[in-house]
Amino acid sequence: MSTVASPEELYCHNVLRPGNTNCAGCGMSIGLRWLDEALDGEKPTMVIPACCGIVTAGAFPTTAYGVPTAASTFASAAAVASGVSAVYALNGEPDVVVCWTGDGGTYDIGVATLSAAAERNDDILYICYDNEIYGNTGGQRSSATPELAVTSTTTKGKSERKKDMMAIMAGHRIPYAATLSVAHREDFLRKIRTARKTSGFRFLLTLSPCPTGWKSDPEESVDLIRHAVRSGLFPLYEIFDGIRYRLNERPDGTPVEEYVTRQRRYTKVPTDAAPLKSYIEDQWRYLDAMAKAFPMEGA
Amino acid sequence: MARAMETGNHAAGYALAVAGEANRDARGCACGAYPITPQSEIIEFLRGFDFTKGRVIPVESEHSAMAVCIGASLAGARAFTASSANGLAYMVENIFAAGFYRLPIVLIAVNRTLGPPWNIWVDQGDSLMLRDAALLQFYAESHQDLVDTILVAFRVGEDQRVLLPALVALDGFVTSHTQMVVDLPERELVDRYLPHCNIPHRLRGEHPATIGGLTWPRETEHHRVEIQEAMERVPQVLAEALDEFEHVFGRRPHGALSAEHTDDADTVLMACNTMVRTLRNVVTARRDKGERIGMINSKMFRPFPRQELLAAVSNAKRIGVLDRNHSPGSGGIFWQEVAATLQSRPDVIVQDYLVGLGGGDVTPEVIDEIIDDLNAREKAGEPVWKEVAA
Repeated sequence: MSTVASPEELYCHNVLRPGNTNCAGCGMSIGLRWLDEALDGEKPTMVIPACCGIVTAGAFPTTAYGVPTAASTFASAAAVASGVSAVYALNGEPDVVVCWTGDGGTYDIGVATLSAAAERNDDILYICYDNEIYGNTGGQRSSATPELAVTSTTTKGKSERKKDMMAIMAGHRIPYAATLSVAHREDFLRKIRTARKTSGFRFLLTLSPCPTGWKSDPEESVDLIRHAVRSGLFPLYEIFDGIRYRLNERPDGTPVEEYVTRQRRYTKVPTDAAPLKSYIEDQWRYLDAMAKAFPMEGA
Repeated sequence: MARAMETGNHAAGYALAVAGEANRDARGCACGAYPITPQSEIIEFLRGFDFTKGRVIPVESEHSAMAVCIGASLAGARAFTASSANGLAYMVENIFAAGFYRLPIVLIAVNRTLGPPWNIWVDQGDSLMLRDAALLQFYAESHQDLVDTILVAFRVGEDQRVLLPALVALDGFVTSHTQMVVDLPERELVDRYLPHCNIPHRLRGEHPATIGGLTWPRETEHHRVEIQEAMERVPQVLAEALDEFEHVFGRRPHGALSAEHTDDADTVLMACNTMVRTLRNVVTARRDKGERIGMINSKMFRPFPRQELLAAVSNAKRIGVLDRNHSPGSGGIFWQEVAATLQSRPDVIVQDYLVGLGGGDVTPEVIDEIIDDLNAREKAGEPVWKEVAA
């Protein structure tokens, strides 16, 4: 008689268990599963501030997280993780401490405490799933919201450009920072593994599709991110020690319109998408200059 | 015991450090450290202390100082920090979180006036702002009381029947920056006094749980009731902690509330922190002249020792509460507690005196005037603003 493992046995120690409450097409679901896969059986301790990521867990006494997880106050993820990480180190425990945070908790309310933990180079793997919106509170603007995107607090389209969080983190001279795409699986897994092998403060940023906030079709989530990368809007790159750059993929001529027209949050973007093209151009001029001046050896 | 001349801040730093050391054979200790006048010497002392198994992490704000303590405590370590005034205000969210997580973090509050306008002198409005947090609150009348109370706070807060954070307050400058002779408990004795810190719900790889996620109203009510029940167990746990303190160190710190000469007193004055010592001198002098007067050192504010208070004033006709704090639109915060406790005693006059706010010097003369006012009263009135000389 063959035995079949029960779902509990199969999944109970997953970072993210099946049956969670995430919306269909949520980039966070993919990110959490790939995080789990890239850690190759190692189980992280998660610190998650107020964001969709903690709603994911569901209501007490159930939880969708199969690893030790602390829900922190909104602005505290990195500092709570510093405390956890310090005590693990005092006790010789190798467990990796992962901050799993939205863009509100990273770019906005949590930026001071994130900056402090990065400056101390505390041993934390910090991952921001950036859906460019306060999704959990109904879709308000954050400083990660791109120019012209309509949110519940920018009904005419946001007038400011998106904050360059990678440049801010590079300025802290942390050992490793990288952008990750849920449409580029091998690259995503490789970067998690690189981050895991690196000690000190590591910052990973993934553009996380949010059909609810982006007013897009859930089944197109991965494809949207693929277009964001190919058009140059969301570049894939790595920064080592805050100063050596490696660009992973260049724009391939995919028009940004293919990304924009499939999301109703971009109704205020003109048909030629000129402001976004100008943003892409500026962004790549900056990245190319940095990669030329400060190349990562072997890049 | 090592007798030494120490400032209140260094005495507090020493007590925190040896308490942290006492957990070195368990999961160690950690502190999130951020400076503010008049607390800064405490975290300076801790940063300079050579811990066997401890980390003092310099952070960018008080909010993160408490967040580091929360993380350290969730990982099973003994955790502590210190702050004052606007620093405590900035920390508030995470102080509430520490209580709701049931983490026995010890927080030293060097009492200072909340600003703006900026004033660095003593006023208890900062720690009393934390009235509604799930937080034990002790007020120390002297340097020695401070050291002893910090050790007691760890023992009570970490007791498995309590598991709540604890605040120990001292007067800014009056205690923090003056020197007194203190018995600094030897480490070996502190090792004996403090059991290893055990956080039963700490983060564990083999036992994954999500701490602090979502709850429905029913679970939230249960959670709050459990905190209230933990608070109600504090008197018993505190009594045991004081017995053990006496057994280990050979002296007994004050309990939640200490009544002096109240058995035969018609008039009872109540105060906390260093005002207690001035009050004691005035009360002693008046008793020497034959007055039936007593006093209460209200050392513990949370849980508020209602039963002890009712027992202490069973023969009193009038009670004067000295409040070095002000709740705008109401009055003194200790007075509110006393008045609520004495609902069953409508025969007692409970009068509030707002005194020494913003660090005004509460002299024996000021207290004499308050007592004269109280003794002349037929009934209680609105809180009285008692100005002190500049």
